[in-house]
Order: sequence, then structure tokens, then C-alpha cells
Amino acid sequence: MQIFTCPFCGPRDETEFHFAAEAGKKRPIPAETVTDDEWAEYLYMNSASRGKAQEVWLHVTCGEFFLMTRDTVTRDVTAVTSLPGRNA
Amino acid sequence: MSGWRHSSIGSQIDRNTPLPFTFDGRPGSGFAGDTPASALLASGIRVLGRSFKYHRPRGLWGMGNEEPNAIFDVTEDGRTTPNVRSTTVMLRRNMALRSVNTAPDAARDRTGMLDLFNRFLPGGFYYKTFMAFGWMRWEPMIRRMAGLGRLDPGHCPPADIPQLNARCDLLVIGAGPAGLAAARAAARNGREVWLVDDAPEPGGSLRWRGGAIDGGDWREFTRDAIGAIIAAGGRILTGTTIWGAFDHGLFAAWERRDGSPDRLWRIRAAETVLATGAIERPLWFANNDLPGILSAEAALHYLSLYGAVAGRRILLATGNDASYPVAAALAQAGCDVTLADARADAPAAPDGVKHLGAARLTQAHGRNSVAGAVVDGRVIETDAILVSGGYTPSVHLHCQAGGKLDWDTGSDSLIPRPGSSALWVAGAVNGSFGLARALAEGHAAGGGTGPAPRAAAGDWQFFPMRPDPDLRGRQWIDPQNDVTLKDVKLAAQEGYRSVEHLKRYTTLGMATDQGRSANFAGLATMAALTGRTIPETGTTTYRPPFSPVPLGVIGGLRRGDLFNAPKRLPLEIAHKARGAMFREYGGWLRPSVYGTDDEAVLAQQEALAARKSVGLYDASPLGKIEVIGPGAAELLDYCGYLRLSTLKPGRARYGFVLGETGIVHDDGVVFRLAENRFVVSASSSHAATVRMILEEARQDVFDPTKSFIHDVTAGFATLTVTGPKSRDLLIAANLPEALYDDANLPHMSVTETFWNGHSLRVARVSFTGDRSYEVTVPARHAPALYSALETARQEVSGRWIGMEAVMILRAEKGFILVGKDTDGLTMPHDLGWEAPREKRKDEYLGRRSLFTAEARRADRRQLVGLEIDGDAPLPTGAHLVPLEGQRRSLGFVTSSYFSPILGRPIALALVEGGRNRIGTELGVFHLGKIGRVRICDSCAFDPTWERLHA
Ligand SMILES: [Zn+2]
Repeated sequence: MQIFTCPFCGPRDETEFHFAAEAGKKRPIPAETVTDDEWAEYLYMNSASRGKAQEVWLHVTCGEFFLMTRDTVTRDVTAVTSLPGRNA
Repeated sequence: MSGWRHSSIGSQIDRNTPLPFTFDGRPGSGFAGDTPASALLASGIRVLGRSFKYHRPRGLWGMGNEEPNAIFDVTEDGRTTPNVRSTTVMLRRNMALRSVNTAPDAARDRTGMLDLFNRFLPGGFYYKTFMAFGWMRWEPMIRRMAGLGRLDPGHCPPADIPQLNARCDLLVIGAGPAGLAAARAAARNGREVWLVDDAPEPGGSLRWRGGAIDGGDWREFTRDAIGAIIAAGGRILTGTTIWGAFDHGLFAAWERRDGSPDRLWRIRAAETVLATGAIERPLWFANNDLPGILSAEAALHYLSLYGAVAGRRILLATGNDASYPVAAALAQAGCDVTLADARADAPAAPDGVKHLGAARLTQAHGRNSVAGAVVDGRVIETDAILVSGGYTPSVHLHCQAGGKLDWDTGSDSLIPRPGSSALWVAGAVNGSFGLARALAEGHAAGGGTGPAPRAAAGDWQFFPMRPDPDLRGRQWIDPQNDVTLKDVKLAAQEGYRSVEHLKRYTTLGMATDQGRSANFAGLATMAALTGRTIPETGTTTYRPPFSPVPLGVIGGLRRGDLFNAPKRLPLEIAHKARGAMFREYGGWLRPSVYGTDDEAVLAQQEALAARKSVGLYDASPLGKIEVIGPGAAELLDYCGYLRLSTLKPGRARYGFVLGETGIVHDDGVVFRLAENRFVVSASSSHAATVRMILEEARQDVFDPTKSFIHDVTAGFATLTVTGPKSRDLLIAANLPEALYDDANLPHMSVTETFWNGHSLRVARVSFTGDRSYEVTVPARHAPALYSALETARQEVSGRWIGMEAVMILRAEKGFILVGKDTDGLTMPHDLGWEAPREKRKDEYLGRRSLFTAEARRADRRQLVGLEIDGDAPLPTGAHLVPLEGQRRSLGFVTSSYFSPILGRPIALALVEGGRNRIGTELGVFHLGKIGRVRICDSCAFDPTWERLHA
């Protein structure tokens, strides 16, 4: 069982977290200009990379969504940061 | 009958406390401190079970969880626990031990004749033969004869095992010399150390091998180590098995306790030292599975701890120095000992021991027990054969933690590759045998400063002992799963050369001992047969658990009420007092009906009463997610299918939350209490996920400082008053006058006021189609609201109604339950909600998905109602089929009830192109029969919606 660090709460057990999405996907808008393929790509295609990965995780107990940089092989977590929201 | 009890040796047993027990129904006797295994050995009982496949007689081999044979069904106080390893539990008074795989018992097994057919039962035999002739026919017979113990269906152990979390600076796994040295060194440096061992007391092999440390007895050293651990705030757990290594340094431990429930520990350590020792390998010769052939290390263990001696004329066959102290101790105990060493340059024999150099044991004689042995072609009379084929380090946890192994020629074993896991490794598990090396490595692993504890050097030399594929006779590789050397040869011949294939083809190492005494031989044989080295041949994967763990330990307290604890209403006690029956609805325990009559009958009465006068029900589980701030309206517009920024304060709007796939995730009403304050009334089972959808958008899409989201569902209680006389009830309850006025509080509006000094929120929304009021107060004021409404209910002859009646009322109106009347394909336009999809120009969750080719199909399943002739409601889930032509599913019944107000059955369904089929008939398929239904509008009752205002 891994330990993840919520930017809001600190280190907690893996069981308190949910994977939300791979980071870096940009939601294609407006809908009128987005093709079926682009939308399917956004919804369903993941790189599921071996090794270094950047992902959005949810700390279920507090509701914080955050960026986590981790290694899917060694399970090392190297960075956690809050989402930038519209300020990005 | 060759084992015996020594009159004075035995550090663990209390000779003043004899313990009676039975084995296969016959009486036996041991002493307090014995294990069943030691008591049976001392009693001279040799045949303890039968092998899995051939029903060969089997006896005691080892001393711990490597034991493949001495496994029993144990009955105590009328309860039977199957497959108990007799080497790892304590003997208790009046234990009834029953051998496994035997009929009628181990000594007189009737199926032993299976062994005569052994040449017809090679590896893969079951699969090849019985698949060809119909496995189904053979399976029951084979399963009856094979397999281990019997389950006692009456034995349901209590769910009383606590699960505890712990942290420490250093976890030391194994309390032998290396573990003790590591723990002592770390504790002396002030670190909090947890020292864990599966034996009943610390010491490891020191307990039976003894030894002097720093010039004193090993017990002094052990006491010193324990003192240091306790002084530094650490803890010693004995009788505790670390059974799994998990991510980020988590270890799971099963603590066995006498007289109180076992415990599961989750231990998270900053650092871990693995000092789990090694397990002795057998030797391979003809009939090497005969009872009376034991591990040499185990024989010393039984002698030193329990005074249980394996035999009187003992042959000890070995190729290493570790066996010499064993021979010496047995000779001193009065045995006639012959030591047969495979090495030409063997060391000098201990006093009183006959010695054979460059000697090779090729065969054991005897029918049910050892009677003789063949060494170098010469028959030796003996009643016990002790063997040592070297040692296999217990590297399981290192490998579970991701570690790799390297071949170490010195110890003739695979040992942990340094740095390949996060664990420090010390002692025999590292291939470092002999007391001095174990202490030195442990001391270093514990971060010891100063000199390591001293002991006599005693480095052990190991001669590589291997199975000989050319030797005549049957040689057992895996005694528990009955795998012989011939089976391994067959696997190699047929191309199953990878160890993982070998394992699956022959079942080698797949028994409950997980091949602890078998895997090395299988691996070495395969290496020899395929001309590869052992590291080239590889090892199988190590996975938790390290040894079998009872399911009750993993389940902990999660059973019955605690298995998946439902949420409880603040007014549960009040409802119970009114005679409510409770069921779980969407994770909440809620009244289903009130009364003791038949539930279906009561639901009909309650639904009718609510239509005729007034019904009250507890709607507290309805989600109450507050969305507050200048960005609240924008956030809700994005997360909802219907726009909410256009909603006026004080008003309510029904809508949907979609996923990005366009599928309906939830429905519900949103209230706008003020310009910047909304309450999302999500359905009770979806409140948690709706909150997360809102949070994700708030944090990822918008300026997170412009809105805040609070799920306050549990903080408030809601009672809903519904029916033509609902307004009368409010008046009778003396609620604030402003609520009575429909101009002030029309349908789909909400108001906040004060009542009895606290806040009161009343909403005119309806889940029944009748005039309804949702009355919400802070949860602590629920009893006051309850008693006010209860008094008024009696005045206006209203009735409490449970969820079963509410289900009928909402279905009469065609109101859906998401997840019941929708499925994983349902989009809002399938439910008749077209307008936002057609008109909205702004972005919202799921929008793009509503315009795919799939979403635009004309034959999507749409929500409709069904009418039928007769009084019997349709079965929910029944498929709708065409009345003519090819039969296929056009959809299915989602909700179905008898409507008491209409006096006929009603139903909702999802049907392909359903709205265009209104007025037509379809078949409904159920249990092989096809009935007829008419498709109609989903709203069966009051289609002109007059009752909302009545
Ligand atoms: Zn958090």
C-alpha cells in the first residue's frame, strides 16, 4: 500500500485516493469544432506509461484534486502540486 | 514405532503437565509446551497422513511452515479447523487430530492401492486423460480422493480480529541471532525497533543449536537485546508471521494469541532488516518420502526443545558442516548415529558417531516406515534417516518487495542481490551461516557502532547436493503435491522448461507449503536436464502471503453489520418506535414500510393513503451539496445539463449531471437560495460522486477561489410531506404562516425561515406528483420537527410511508431513479429532455458526447411507460421483444408496480425508439413465455399535473 501526499492534508494511505486522469490532456472545445476522433482520443486514449508518469489524483476524504509525478515501476512519488485551475 | 521421549532433554516442555489428545481417534499424550508434531514424534507415531495423489504414507519432515506432510484437521470444542500445520501450533488439552487424505485413517488407508497405478498417473495425467473422457464425470471422484482436509460447515469463527496500524524506525523480521543483533544495535542507538518472529519466543536457531555470545550463554544476549528494545520504546511480537511486503515499506503481520483473538498488524517502518533464516533441503534417493525420514535440523529442534527423538539407530546423510552438531547431540542423547557425508574431505566426526566419507545414500527401505538404507551399495539397518541437502534462504519478503536474487556458490544457494530491494539482509537469509557471521551482519544491518557481538567462528562449508536423474527408483521432489523426479523429466521432455511452466504442468510447489522443501530440487533438476545453470533456469514469482493466513485475519471485523456499514438516519429511533421496517437504499438504512404485515400489502396501503390524504416520509439522505460564491452559477452551468445561472433566487430547477461521455450520472433538484448560494439536491446514492464532479470542475476548469463546495447532507434532516392534505398538515403543525401561501411559495420554489429559534428550509418540490413540502432542519433539531409533524399528522389522518410506497408514487408519475430506470448508455434526450442539447451554445460536461453518431441514432433506447391487461405487475428486468419476426431484445422493464390509486399495474421501460412506438404493442419475454404490452407515456397518473397545486 503506497503513501501519497495530498497537498492539502499531507501524507495519507493509498486507499484514500482515487486516480482521476492522466495529466496534460486538454479538453477540446468548442464542441461544434471537435471531431468524433478528437473527442474519442480525449475521452479514452491514455498513454499508461511505464516509468515516469504525471497524473491527476483525487484525495477522496478532502476533495483535493492534484498533480502527482510518480514512477509507475519503482512507485516513487517525486512531486505533488495543487491544480492551477483557470489561472493556468 | 521408533520415535521416543528423552528423559531429561527438552527446554520447552513441562513434564508435570501432561496433555491428552487423540490422533485418528486413538488416545495419545504430550506435555504442555509440545506442538502436535513433537508430541506425535515422541509417541512414536510415524504415519501421519497420505499423499495427495498416490496416497503414499507420509510422516513428519520439518519443524515450521515448510512442513509438507503433518497437516491435520483439528477439532476442539466440537469445531473443526481444517489443514492445520502441526508444526506451527501448540498442543492443547483434548485436541482431536485427524489426518487428511485418508480413509478410514492414516495407518489403514484404503486408497493406498492408487500407488500401484503410479506409472499411469504422471504429471499432466489428470488433464490429458480426463479432459478426453469428460472431466465433469470424473471430477467429483478425483476431488473426493485428492485434496486435503474437510471443511466444517458449522464452524464460523467470530469476526473479532482487530486490525491495527503501527509505525516504527526499524522493523526486524526474524529474531534469530542476526535479527537479535540488528535489533539490539538499533535500539542502543535510540531507535524504536519492532522485532517480529513467528516462533513462540525469540532466539531462532539458537533455541535448539545453542551457542555462546560475547562469552555468555545466548539467553543472556537475548535478554540484553530485549531490554534494549523495550528501553528505546520498541516492541517484540512473537508468534507473529510477517506474511506480506507491500509498497512503500508496508508489512502485514498475523499475530497469534492464546486466549484472545488474533491480530493483524499493518507495520510501516522507516527501515527493515530481513533476518528470516533458511530452510533445510531434503535429499533425493529412492523412497525418500518414507515416514521416518526427517530434516536433520528439525531432528535437533525436536530433541533440544521437546526431548522428542526421531529414532534409536539413526543414519544422518549430509554434505555440509551444519549437520555435525546434530549428529553430536543425538549421539549424546543415546542414539546410535552413523554420519554419511558426501564429501571426500569431510571434517572429523564428533565423538561417538560412526563416520562414512564420500558416502552416497541411494535408497530407503521399509513399508510404512524406515527400516533400512542403502549407502554406497551396502544395506544399513536404521529406524530413522536424517538428511540435509543444504539450506534455502527464506528470501520471500525480499522478492515480494521487488528484490532480485544472485547465485552464491559458497552457500550453494540463491541469495538477495544487494540493493535490489529496500530491505537490509542479514544472516542465513543472506547465505551467511554460522553464528559469528550472522551476528556480525545483523549488527551492521542495525547500524551498530562498535564491535559486533562475538561468537566462535564456525563457518560452514556446503557441498552441492543435487537430485540424480539417472538414479533408479522413485525420488520425491514435492512430497505434498506428489511430484517425483520422473514428472520433472517428463515436463522437460515435453518442453515445459521454464520454471513457471514446470510449476503449472507438474503442480510442483503449488501445495500449501508453497514448495519450501521442494522448489530448489525441481529447479536444480530442470537445470541439470536442460544443461543450464540454476540462475539461468530462474525462480518462480514470490507473492503474499508468505504462508497461509486465515481469511478471518484478512477480513478483520468486517462481517455482518460491519461488512458494509450503511448510513443511518438521525430519526431512526423515532421511526422504529412507529414500527418501521428497515432496508438499505443507496447505502442508507431507511424505513421500507411501517407495520408488521406483509411488506407489499403495507406499501399499497401507504401509497394509497398518501394519494388520498397525506403521507410523511424521511428524505434526509437526499444530497445537500452547497455551492457558494461568485463563481457558483458559472460552475453549476458547466456541471449541469440545464443552465442554472438563469434560475431566480428562491426558485428550484430539476436537472441532470452528465459524465463527459454524455451518460446521465445523476438527476435532482438545484435550489438557488441567494444570488451566490445554491444547494444541489443530488440523489442519496450519488451525492458523494456529484460532489467530486463539482470539485474537479471547480479546481481544474475554474478559478478555485471563486466558489466553495460543502456536502452538508449528514448535517440536516429532511421530512417530506406529500398529498392533497399536505398543506393542512403544515398548518396543523403550526409551521410559519408564510409557508401556507402558494403565491409566496409556489411549486418549484424554496424559502428559508426561522422556527423555534433555528433555521428551517421548506421547498415545494415533488417526487410524487402531489403537492409536497420538503422540510429541512439541522440534524440536531430533527426530533422537534418530527414531533411537531407527528402531532399534526394525527390531526389530519395522515400516514407515515416507507420507501416502498414512495417508489410506487414516483413510478406512477414516470419519475426515474438513475441507475434503475437508466443504465450505462442512457443520455438525457433518451429520457425526453431534448431542449438543452438543442439550444445550449455554451460548454458543459458531456456536451460533445451528445452529438456523436451513436448519440444521434433514432433507435436509441428511450424511457416509456407500459400498460398491460390483468392485475399482475410485469417482472422487472423482463425483455421486450417484437411480436412477429426474429426475436431479439428491444429493451427491458426497469420499474414495475401495482398502482393502488389506478387499480392496475404500471411499468417503466427502456425501449428502442420507444417514443415512436407509443400506442403500439410489443411482446414481453419472461420464463420462456411471451405476453403483450402496450407502449404508453411514462406518466401514468395525473397526466395534466393538476394535483401539484391541488
Ligand atoms: Zn487531502
